[in-house]
Amino acid sequence: MGGGTRLENANPLIFQRSGERQLTTEEEDEEFADPIDDREIFDLIRTINDPEHPLSLEELNVVEQVRVRVNDNDSTVSVEFTPTIPHCSMATLIGLSIKVKLLRSLPERFKIDVHITPGTHASEQAVNKQLGDKERVAAALENSHLLEVVNQCLSGRS
Amino acid sequence: MKDSLKLVSKITAHPDSRCWFVAWNPKGTLLASSGGDRSIRIWGREGDSWVCKSVLEEGHQRTVRKVAWSPCGNYLASASFDATTCIWRKKQDDFECVTTLEGHENEVKCVAWAPSGNLLATCSRDKSVWVWEVDEEDEYECVSVVNSHTQDVKHVVWHPNQEILASASYDNSVKLYKEDDDDWVCRDTLEGHESTVWSVDFDKSGQRLASCSDDKTVKIWREYEPGNEQGVVCNGTAPTWKCICTLSGFHSRSIYDISWCHLSGAMATACGDDAIRVFEEDTTSDPHQPTFSLAAHVPKAHDQDVNCVSWNPKEVGLLASCSDDGDIGIWSYQPQH
Repeated sequence: MGGGTRLENANPLIFQRSGERQLTTEEEDEEFADPIDDREIFDLIRTINDPEHPLSLEELNVVEQVRVRVNDNDSTVSVEFTPTIPHCSMATLIGLSIKVKLLRSLPERFKIDVHITPGTHASEQAVNKQLGDKERVAAALENSHLLEVVNQCLSGRS
Repeated sequence: MKDSLKLVSKITAHPDSRCWFVAWNPKGTLLASSGGDRSIRIWGREGDSWVCKSVLEEGHQRTVRKVAWSPCGNYLASASFDATTCIWRKKQDDFECVTTLEGHENEVKCVAWAPSGNLLATCSRDKSVWVWEVDEEDEYECVSVVNSHTQDVKHVVWHPNQEILASASYDNSVKLYKEDDDDWVCRDTLEGHESTVWSVDFDKSGQRLASCSDDKTVKIWREYEPGNEQGVVCNGTAPTWKCICTLSGFHSRSIYDISWCHLSGAMATACGDDAIRVFEEDTTSDPHQPTFSLAAHVPKAHDQDVNCVSWNPKEVGLLASCSDDGDIGIWSYQPQH
């Protein structure tokens, strides 16, 4: 994160960004009850910045649309994210950023679960447990330093 | 089971914030609530409605996670993410902060008074449980720091009539403590939950304990003295606690709180799926292998996670709940036999 420190993963693979979403005529109709779908959730999180590279989570393949599952009827959203390397120390911070982005963007009725893609991180269980503990997430977000780092990840890039 | 739990009142208690916890005073006339807005509010009944009697602010710099009344009802303790515990003294309808207990390294998660009123316990994300002694001059002294848990300690509760303390932790275990030679020591570790244990509560006798967890189950534990007829093995002269029942398949998300009514024996749970459930013990079941039935289920009790449930200590069937939506719910439970 800080300038001059050695990067954990110096040469990450970079993936193609997906194009703009095509709006259907129904979606453009304000009267039409339009449930939130996977693509909309993906659009909310794909532009989140990686904490150590000037790249988005989508460009690093940390988030993919196929790993987003939303059920508007049940008000549930589940996102799996894939750290670029199995020992990535930023995994919790990345997961927290995804969680905060969704907490801020979605209606409050949604239950948001953020997990590491199974088998892609050495401390998968510990990170998942931490991200699933709303009391610890609440305490973390009262920490102004951490909140600043999260907000940096969430600040939009063009 | 239809309509056995009815809503009496919904109160917008901590607007634009979470309501984390509610606690009845010993007389059951006042309800204290705490929230993410750093405040504590005291609620009382006036006719059919519940009104805010006082707002306790300026005690804490961060979220007030839980509150506890002293057994005499004249003091309120508040545990905060700011790493301190405040002691408030009641003066008619007002409260003043008389002491701030410091020492924990980070967030204080819970506070509880012993039945005698002479001891107070706090626990923290720093993995420790502290026991404080209160003298006649209202001075608080830490008499013991117990570092038995390996992770964040979520909850502490005292036995209803003995000086035994129970704690629940992110390390998936429940621990029981007793004073031994001027120090407080862990006497038993209750293992079985597969994830964070959010809360524990003793039944009226204190011989049984209910725990609820992020693993979506409730477990009932029972104390067995050495030489018990059931042949439960004890280590030396200390009693041992054994899990005698697991309630699984009832909750669809993390269970954040459990309250075991000392008047009726009904057990209420607060769940991350927005529901409140009440369980009753089957009267004909074996006390060493009890079974419980779901006696009430309100699926959308709140608009968001239910964080706490608390039975009124004097009025049978009166239940308070609170939620991430900032509201308090007051419910009336009527068993349907």
